[in-house]
Amino acid sequence: MPAEPAAHGAHAARPDEPPAGSAPASAGTEKAAPRRLAQAALRDLPWEIGVAKPDPTVVVDGVTRTFGGLTAVSVDHLEIQRGGITGLIGPNGAGKTTLFNLLTGFDQPDTGTWSFDGRSLGKLSPHQVARLGVVRTFQLTKALSRLTVLQNMLLGAQGQRGESFLRALVPGTWRRQETENTEKAMELLQRFKLDAKSDDFAGILSGGQRKLLEMARALMSDPQVVMLDEPMAGVNPALTQSLLGHVKDLREEGMTVIFVEHDMDVVRDISDWVVVMAAGRIIAEGPPESISQNKAVVDAYLGAHHDAPLTVDDEDRVLAEAEASIAREGHPDQGVISSDRPHPRRTDR
Amino acid sequence: MSDLLNAFAIAGKAFFGFQAIFFALLAVGLNVHFGYTGLLNFGQIAFAMVGGFGIAISVSQWGLPFWVGVLVGILAAVVLALLLGLPTLRLRADYLAIVTIAMSEGLRLVFRSVSATPVTGGTRGLSAFNGDFIALAPWDTQHRYHILGTTWSGGELWVALVGWVLVTLFSLLVWQLMRSPWGRVVKAIREDEDAVRALGKNVYAYKMQALVLGGVIGAFGGMVYAVNTGSAIPDQYQSANTFLAYAALILGGAARVLGPVIGSMILLFILQFADTGLRAMISNGVIPSELLSSTDVAQIRFVLVGIGLMLLLVFRPQGIFGDRREVMLDAR
Amino acid sequence: MTHAPHRARRHGRRTTTGQLLAADRPAPGRSGRRRTGRRPLVLSLLLAAFAIALATLVPGVANAAGESVTGTLQTSRSGPIEGVQVTVETAAGAEVDSAETDADGRFAIDVPGPGEYTVTLNAGDLPDAVQLGTNGDTVTVTVGPGRTQPVLFGLVDGSANSGGGTIRAVQLLVDGLRFGLLIAISAVGLSLIFGTTGLVNFAHGELVTIGAIIAWYVNVRLGVPLIPAAIIAMVGGGVVGALNELGIWRPLRRRGTGLVAALVVSIGLSLVLRYGIQIVYGGSSNPYGDYQSQRAVSYGVFTMTNRSLASIIISIVVLLLVALMLQRTRIGKAMRAVSDNRDLAASSGIDVNRVILFVWVMGGALATLGGVLLGLSDQVQWDMGFRLLLLMFAGVTLGGLGTAYGALVGSVIVGVFVQMSTLVIPDDMKYVGGLFLLIVILVIRPQGILGSRARIG
Repeated sequence: MPAEPAAHGAHAARPDEPPAGSAPASAGTEKAAPRRLAQAALRDLPWEIGVAKPDPTVVVDGVTRTFGGLTAVSVDHLEIQRGGITGLIGPNGAGKTTLFNLLTGFDQPDTGTWSFDGRSLGKLSPHQVARLGVVRTFQLTKALSRLTVLQNMLLGAQGQRGESFLRALVPGTWRRQETENTEKAMELLQRFKLDAKSDDFAGILSGGQRKLLEMARALMSDPQVVMLDEPMAGVNPALTQSLLGHVKDLREEGMTVIFVEHDMDVVRDISDWVVVMAAGRIIAEGPPESISQNKAVVDAYLGAHHDAPLTVDDEDRVLAEAEASIAREGHPDQGVISSDRPHPRRTDR
Repeated sequence: MSDLLNAFAIAGKAFFGFQAIFFALLAVGLNVHFGYTGLLNFGQIAFAMVGGFGIAISVSQWGLPFWVGVLVGILAAVVLALLLGLPTLRLRADYLAIVTIAMSEGLRLVFRSVSATPVTGGTRGLSAFNGDFIALAPWDTQHRYHILGTTWSGGELWVALVGWVLVTLFSLLVWQLMRSPWGRVVKAIREDEDAVRALGKNVYAYKMQALVLGGVIGAFGGMVYAVNTGSAIPDQYQSANTFLAYAALILGGAARVLGPVIGSMILLFILQFADTGLRAMISNGVIPSELLSSTDVAQIRFVLVGIGLMLLLVFRPQGIFGDRREVMLDAR
Repeated sequence: MTHAPHRARRHGRRTTTGQLLAADRPAPGRSGRRRTGRRPLVLSLLLAAFAIALATLVPGVANAAGESVTGTLQTSRSGPIEGVQVTVETAAGAEVDSAETDADGRFAIDVPGPGEYTVTLNAGDLPDAVQLGTNGDTVTVTVGPGRTQPVLFGLVDGSANSGGGTIRAVQLLVDGLRFGLLIAISAVGLSLIFGTTGLVNFAHGELVTIGAIIAWYVNVRLGVPLIPAAIIAMVGGGVVGALNELGIWRPLRRRGTGLVAALVVSIGLSLVLRYGIQIVYGGSSNPYGDYQSQRAVSYGVFTMTNRSLASIIISIVVLLLVALMLQRTRIGKAMRAVSDNRDLAASSGIDVNRVILFVWVMGGALATLGGVLLGLSDQVQWDMGFRLLLLMFAGVTLGGLGTAYGALVGSVIVGVFVQMSTLVIPDDMKYVGGLFLLIVILVIRPQGILGSRARIG
């Protein structure tokens, strides 16, 4: 639950961003083979924490967040390269999700500033961040169960006239836009192979399909930065490849992708750059191949007392264990009366 | 046998009478809150009260025309919704529940207090503010009309007619809203508000709009009640009425346009039938008076509503007409 | 509002018996009796002032041949008030004369003849502790031929309600403390149930009522003294709590019923119990058989009956025992652990269902004790618990939903606040003060005083 109550009023009072703020992502960025561009741009950088990127889109400075006495996140400096895929890894409780929450306005830090394309995101509420073109998905998938798959998709579209109360009463003002959005949604659903289910309730989809739906829904808003919180968690192996393909496609379309993941194979496969967090701090960053050799990373996963050099197999085993423990942790029983509530009380962030 | 027929006739009147309209409007409002947006408003009766008293105070105390009173009632409901929503809509659902029920009891206590007597009439309330409205009736309001074995005064019929027109209009409004993108956002908020935030919607503003809309519909319910009875008494607006409206809503099926309307008609029919039937059985000696006296009948109906509410929630959360599968998708 | 006729009837009955305020006052701190006890007190004070005024009238008659107005400014605590300017005007507004009160607080002003006069005192001359009463600073009198007309300003010094040497604020503070502790006892269970199961139990108020009524039946109908009756009621409350858990909530948890649905179920249960109680017990309010005819004992700045004192002591002792149990015993630690993090507690080998059952039994017993204490200070009524429920919510929210100690602190604050608020707002609206406090808290610190900021995501 975020800090100063005074800020809430400020949020409420702040006029909403004009929907125009979310211009199509691809505009102005080089569409041609961005993969190589991002990789090439990052190739010669030193493997240092907080290294400056040639073309940063998200910049984080001195962000800290504590819960009680525990420091959940303490990031001195971090830059995310535009048009690349940045993997965020780290052991359980490293503060990855908290960092996501801070960047997207779902949580407010104790100190620090962060910006997107030079525009400060501090003190913005989640919907304002989203309207700027930074969308996220959640670790526990948030498919809107009692809406159909198509309705889920349509919800992602920005700048809808019919979402204003008064205009909603006059269908003429929004019907054309609705038709266009529906076409776009159906195209995306086809791409994600969900078009056959467009009229089903999202609640009957499988876990993997929900992940796909959530990603597709995020794309409806034509984002510039897509933040995926464990997109592969709980997805069956058959779907994993398809999901990976979709993530790579995002990069091909010029979007910047930041994702949290535990499977090192996945991280190595698709990342252009990897950021490793432990105990709230960034302990290493560099291209994927640099990470398995990094002593700080190995120490973080095994504890500092472990001096023996690790083989790649050892490291994968450790990471797999970490992943399993995370999967155990992600019990989705929130909201049943038996469950423990610590759900955010003040959720509008 | 004639008792039974009589009970049917009286219950039949309840089916269409102003009380059914009153509860239908309360429940249509609650449907916007709870059924579509997922807001737990347990103080709907407070909206009805400010609606009814909006007319009563404007006309009897301030001498304003009736229609200005209606406007005052609507305005009061909007203000009340804002007051309730500002501190609570950012918090978890149960906070709104606590604050709304507290507000509805608190407001009633203020309205009935000695210090408020110069404005609200205190515990005696206000009366004689519906003359302008009744005078608009196109027929003789003094005459009594017999329809299908029930007796209505001209005024009652007029209020019932206008009331059902209101119910129809608000149902159409809700129907139109809920098939629009606005309704889609609101329903999505019910499912998971964080997801909706992440998609760039100002959840707080939508919740507030829904709270205001449902509250204003509830205020119209209070106006119908006050105009029909010709009096506004704070103690008529007990918080138990909110739960009767909830029972009607869940009975008919939440998140359905006609659910609350049909639910209210059925609920009122059952309550009135049980009421008349029980009284008849007590006076006939079918139920021994040691077991139950006729003064207890009024309480019995609340017990029945309570039991019904529990059973519905546990065994048929979708209402009597709903599709169970849809409700089972609900994670909450 | 199908029950409106019934309401109206009942409401009419209340009016005729003059119990209206007491009957529906939300937080009826010693309602009926104190009210009726206070009225004569105020009345006698007024009469005393009037008598003094009459006494001054006698020399007035002796000394003056013509007409005059006279009066004395004094209150029980300030004594006679000297040096206040009093002005007399004719009905047309022409000033007749003015005078200052003497050392005895007296003033006497001759008027030109019989008729209507307005007498005004300069409120700025009054001491700080003394305020104008309901008459305000202007009194209109009609002076008869040859009469010396007494004028009564009805000054107030805050002592009228408690008489003697009490200070009203202290009196209210003590009353509030008693009331707050009573709320705390009732609300501990509410908070722990929320903490361990996530359920906002709207039927908790009915546990309070059930306790008060069991004790009433055992005490008045069966003739058992109140203390054993209260213990029997607590056992009964524990059983009702256990039945709640075993009969309704555990099966519902097993079915995976959602929190919102469970909340509405608890409302249904509350309706069933409340109106069921009204059918069985009736709509009247009744006192217990014991400890009723106590006189208030003076403690200097406040007065208190022995049963109120006992209520405070019992509350404190019981709450200390609860705190000790939560802090020291295995089951208490388990309760706090489950309340803190249910899954973690379950995985560390705690039998969560057993802990929850224990919470219900304890919560039920404590709520019934609260009911008995409430029935002792007010009277036993079918909806006393529901009225208390909203204050319990306020207290629990104030302290932090789900924390045991938060419920204690929050409830005491709410109790004191509600009583003390009568210093500035009318008595029959003091409940609204509690609601106001609740809303202010939610704006400023929604997690409550002792609640922690929950982690998001």
